[in-house]
Amino acid sequence: MVSFLVRRLLYTIPVLLGIVLVVFLLVRSIPGDPCTAMLGERATPAACEAFNAANGLNEPIPVQLGIFLGNLVQFDLGESIRFSRPVSQMLIERMPMTIELSFAAFLIALLVGVPLGILAAMRHNTKTDVATMAVANVGVSMPVFWLGLMLAYLFALLLKDTPFSLPPSGRLAAGISPIPFYEVWGRNVDPASAWAPVYEFLSNFYIFNCLISGQWSILLDAVRHLILPALALATIPLSIIARITRSSLLEVLGSDYVRTARSKGASERREVSRHALRNALLPVVTIGGLQMGGLLGGAVLTESVFSLAGVGRALVEAIFSRDYPVIQGFTVVIAAGYVLVNLAVDLSYAYLDPRIRLE
Amino acid sequence: MINSARQRVLDLEKLAEESQFLEKPTSVWRSALRRLLRRKIAIAGLIIIGFWVLVALFAPLIATHDPNRGLLGQPGITRRDPPCIHAFGCSVEKPQHILGLDGNARDEFSRIVYGTRISLTIGLTTVTVAVLVGALLGAMAGYWGGWIDNAIMRVADVVLGFPALLLAIAIVAVLGPGLRNALLAIAIVTIPQYARVMRASVLQIKELDFVAASRALGASSWRILFSRVVPNALTPLVVLGTLGIASAILEAAGLGFLGVGAQPPSPEWGTMLSEERNQLFSAPHLVFFPGLAIMLVVLGFNLLGDGLRDALDPRLND
Repeated sequence: MVSFLVRRLLYTIPVLLGIVLVVFLLVRSIPGDPCTAMLGERATPAACEAFNAANGLNEPIPVQLGIFLGNLVQFDLGESIRFSRPVSQMLIERMPMTIELSFAAFLIALLVGVPLGILAAMRHNTKTDVATMAVANVGVSMPVFWLGLMLAYLFALLLKDTPFSLPPSGRLAAGISPIPFYEVWGRNVDPASAWAPVYEFLSNFYIFNCLISGQWSILLDAVRHLILPALALATIPLSIIARITRSSLLEVLGSDYVRTARSKGASERREVSRHALRNALLPVVTIGGLQMGGLLGGAVLTESVFSLAGVGRALVEAIFSRDYPVIQGFTVVIAAGYVLVNLAVDLSYAYLDPRIRLE
Repeated sequence: MINSARQRVLDLEKLAEESQFLEKPTSVWRSALRRLLRRKIAIAGLIIIGFWVLVALFAPLIATHDPNRGLLGQPGITRRDPPCIHAFGCSVEKPQHILGLDGNARDEFSRIVYGTRISLTIGLTTVTVAVLVGALLGAMAGYWGGWIDNAIMRVADVVLGFPALLLAIAIVAVLGPGLRNALLAIAIVTIPQYARVMRASVLQIKELDFVAASRALGASSWRILFSRVVPNALTPLVVLGTLGIASAILEAAGLGFLGVGAQPPSPEWGTMLSEERNQLFSAPHLVFFPGLAIMLVVLGFNLLGDGLRDALDPRLND
């Protein structure tokens, strides 16, 4: 297991480096230069010269790459050209939103998808099975943004005066903001200390923050705002997980050892819960993990639909305003997160299935 | 052992005999087609796809109006009119627009009908390009191995290291917004999937006896690759490609929704939806119908892909 772990970890390094390189080159080849994007079409050459010098854009490309890599190793992602703020600060503000959304969606997908798949497999070839799979097929075919808008229409307009009404945009109702948990606890965090960004990062997970500091009304508001985007984002992975669970469970249920258990008198329920499910969930782990990564892409669309200030939307905006450091920093962090999720999936898979380790 | 060897010889003789009478030996594909047509799910997919293909082909006959002509100024026309169908009790004085009018007073139904052409083109072209390039790269990687394999697969890993939609957005940002560039971006992003699948099949097939036989007969490696290995590795690619059409249409619509795909006034469904998203509460029909159209096209290809997977899976051979 250890050698597998080390091998797998070493293997991610070239992939991460490749990603950094691709991002860097891709960003430099975006047509239009940051100067005219920032200062406007009528910026004079002299103004542009000064702008480029101030932002390190007049160095040769390899030098820029070197500086970028050097800073990256020290977790310095540079400063946004557009907002004149550190990119890492923007990530601290926006990352928690996206993670919270993806995590909520993933939870919904897992908690609904797996039982749905089990149900369909246990009632194989019945109406329940057909209906479940029909719903799953429709689920994977729905555009995330369309579903999001339809949910918003249903819950924010049609059900407006009912208890089911839900807000269609934002993270919290206007004017509300949670108090950071460390302030509730009466702890002073020195803004200059190295831990300050960590505290700030954690407190930007609104649900987590309110949960540990007991701000129940704000927690309720945050959860109500999260439901619709999370539902929209969860639909595709939910359907995929339900399908995989079903087909994988069916395959395992047809295998010899399950038949043996059955012939020894195990009930169907016992056969599934004690013998089949554990093995059947292996592919679900892989596919589920891959979906977790895919959620990040879907999050761009969901954030756009529900006006959420997350990573995806910031990235799209940065691309349009040629904000090189933001595009670079955000993409590298997202891609690194994606690679790490895949790594975690591989490791859990190796843990669950000893045959993988022997390769 | 001896029995099985003799059996194999007998089988081969029988095959040789039969092949004198048949133009071609019964192909895997023909039996797969037979099995495919026995699956309801695949039939449902084929019917849905068939419906949209007909709509695309006969768009000018089906559309009731010019999809790009604003009707403002004509009697009874206002922007974003809700659907008006005379048979369902809409006043006869108002002109009939079965899916209503959009923000420029264009007939929504006609725009959706013409949009079918765009969506089907998106699905077919991106997947064709991605499958061709991906299969070629994957086959080369799997067949020759060594540094070719390493180089191709490491690049594939890097591309797969990005969430697909994000990379597509970045590529479109480089190439410039527009439908053609969006298609190219989606194709590039999906190439590694096909390359991986092709490589895996080729790795298995190149070890089989009939490939060794070809090699012993002196066939060149390109010939072996393309006339022996690749045709036998196509099965999973067909399934993946069909499902790929579905996700390509979804991704292109997503790019359109973000404003980097097809540009207005193109009746691309994602773009149409994006143009009217701010009028969701006052004119929901302009969001509902284009999205429904996207979903139904995508559903067709997903169902067919699922059916194909079952039909081509040798374990389910009956």
